[in-house]
Amino acid sequence: MHCPRIALGLGFCLLVGIALCSLWVYVENWLSVSYVPYYLPCPEIFNMKLQYKGEKPFQPVTPSQYPQPKLLEQKPTELLTLTPWLAPIVSEGTFDPELLHRIYQPLNLTVGVTVFAVGKYTQFVQHFLESAEQFFMQGFRVHYYVFTNDPTAIPRVRLGSGRLASIIPIQGHSRWEEISTRRMETISQHIAERAHREIDYLFCLDVDMVFRNPWGPETLGDLVAAIHPGYFAVPRQQFPYERRPLSTAFVAGGEGDFYYGGAVFGGRVARVYDFTRGCHMGILADKANGIMAAWQEESHLNRRFISHKPSKVLSPEYLWDDRKPQPPSLKLIRFSTLDKDTDWLRS
Amino acid sequence: MDPREFWGKSSKFWLCLILLFAVLLGFYSNVFSLISTWQREESQSQDTHSVVLQRMQPEKKESSERDCHLDTCRIPEVPRLVYPKAQLLKPTRVDVLVMTPWFAPIIWDGTFDSAILDAQFRNITVGLTVFAIKKYVVFLKLFLETAEKHFMVGHKVNYYVFTDQPANVPQIPLQEGRQVVVLEVRNYKRWQDISMHRMEMISNFSQQRFLREVHYLVCLDVDMKFSDHVGVEILAPLFGTLHPGFYRGDRQSFTYERRPLSQAYIPRDEGDFYYAGGFFGGSVPEVYRLTMACHQVMMADQANGIEAVWHDESHLNRYLLYHKPSKVLSPEYLWDEHMLQRPPLLRKLRYVAVPKNHAEIRNR
Repeated sequence: MHCPRIALGLGFCLLVGIALCSLWVYVENWLSVSYVPYYLPCPEIFNMKLQYKGEKPFQPVTPSQYPQPKLLEQKPTELLTLTPWLAPIVSEGTFDPELLHRIYQPLNLTVGVTVFAVGKYTQFVQHFLESAEQFFMQGFRVHYYVFTNDPTAIPRVRLGSGRLASIIPIQGHSRWEEISTRRMETISQHIAERAHREIDYLFCLDVDMVFRNPWGPETLGDLVAAIHPGYFAVPRQQFPYERRPLSTAFVAGGEGDFYYGGAVFGGRVARVYDFTRGCHMGILADKANGIMAAWQEESHLNRRFISHKPSKVLSPEYLWDDRKPQPPSLKLIRFSTLDKDTDWLRS
Repeated sequence: MDPREFWGKSSKFWLCLILLFAVLLGFYSNVFSLISTWQREESQSQDTHSVVLQRMQPEKKESSERDCHLDTCRIPEVPRLVYPKAQLLKPTRVDVLVMTPWFAPIIWDGTFDSAILDAQFRNITVGLTVFAIKKYVVFLKLFLETAEKHFMVGHKVNYYVFTDQPANVPQIPLQEGRQVVVLEVRNYKRWQDISMHRMEMISNFSQQRFLREVHYLVCLDVDMKFSDHVGVEILAPLFGTLHPGFYRGDRQSFTYERRPLSQAYIPRDEGDFYYAGGFFGGSVPEVYRLTMACHQVMMADQANGIEAVWHDESHLNRYLLYHKPSKVLSPEYLWDEHMLQRPPLLRKLRYVAVPKNHAEIRNR
């Protein structure tokens, strides 16, 4: 006698269950770019008071012979050499490499480099490291941190004395945008866990590039950015900033100094930690809103560099695209992209 | 079965199920919207969190400023500002050098944007030291009045007036956030000694009070007046000013101390610029180090019976040769209109000499 009612009740429960499941599937697909539970920030890392590598007192420069700076002569370079907030713009002819070497050498600095070689990008590591051994920070202690999802694919490259390489496994992702955006998080966690004890300065570079000419202590600074080679001659309205107000990387039409490249940035470890952490929080907020910035973390980097202006800016000599013809104002290209098939690499 | 009875009992059952379903739906959708707002709040609170962390590390500020000597050492956040964009391919000044080979900016008019710099240097206090000993007290009134108009306007300033006659320090109206602190010191018979002992007095007071009261120190001559803007563009861990008489010359013509016996000795093939003794400064720890070092070598010279040709200025030049300043001020920041023809490359004169009768004013 109760059977029809029980059957009806069970049938209704089944219906409700199916409805809930289909609702769940629909909602999950709608939020396909949200990894909200995974991305919950780790409070212990963000609140950690990091003990940075020992402070270095400034040493006086030893007497040395070098030509007197010429105050009233025409400048040898056609580029702007100072930003409006008095940060140097580094290009050939603006500095004396010998003098800078004498100033920085006694400080016994260790310079770190982070590169990400995920998926097919592992093929670039060899050329990158070999060219770095030839041109990057000669005479300084260097520590390369190679982040990869496949440690076996990283070749062993012969390194000079005082130079180390560490291979750090990370998770790979199917979408290349995801890999690119995760770099900020990975770098800040790496600094918090390890790098703050080992290095004084850190550079975060793209791996699909090579060094072509010396890259020395002229690039060291509190917070260093590099000007993107594609946008150094265009007005700010044409910069590919993120223009949707919903994103945290939004830049309004009348804002912006230079368009900085995401392939090169760096500085003192403490500053890079604050910087990458800030970018990562912006990326997280965007994830929760289901939006990805136009140029992934490069958009967030540019947004942050407007409100936290770099203390030193590298001219496009330090971040060049070999496909472009070299203009006469750039005298010495030091770091440039390799010609490659990006579609195949990112597949 | 009675149909009404059937519907009566199962309608409650239906009602419960429908209510349960509605509650589940409501809870699920609310959870999603709550999580997204919480993420946004998290990112905002993290920013305030980092500001709190920075403020909680004041002792770190000193030690970190010691070793980031060649940089600005501060990357404070700037609010949204509207200003014209810098053009990479159009240098602001082509007639003069705007950066030394060790990346110290040389401050000329047109090279900097005051709006951005004021935003970067908000909430700082600048200390200005000036010595008004014996007859030099007469210069104080004009000095302080013009400083009120042109020096670090909009920022907190402490004028430290070193004098042997506290009663003769004039009372002048001051803007908000600015105060005059009178420090009584001894005088010396010779004007050269008065000039040289400035280093000792600045170093003593740096340790005793400046370290706690101000972020930056600017050490000036008193027989001058301000005639144009002198702002936060000059502030750096260590800065010097180009002497107006020697900015054109070769290093061999600089009036460095050339006797090897003196501690201020600089050989003929060395030297970047000739810095003026009347305008230097920097962060308090760096100024303390400079003044302490200069005072010690001046005492060593005195023990050896030698006095450098330009007294404390010679020792300052030696110090700045081997401890390169992080900013250099152009002769706009120290000029004498009566002794020098003003060239077109000086677009502004900011801090100029007040004419005085040297014989009258010294040694009396």
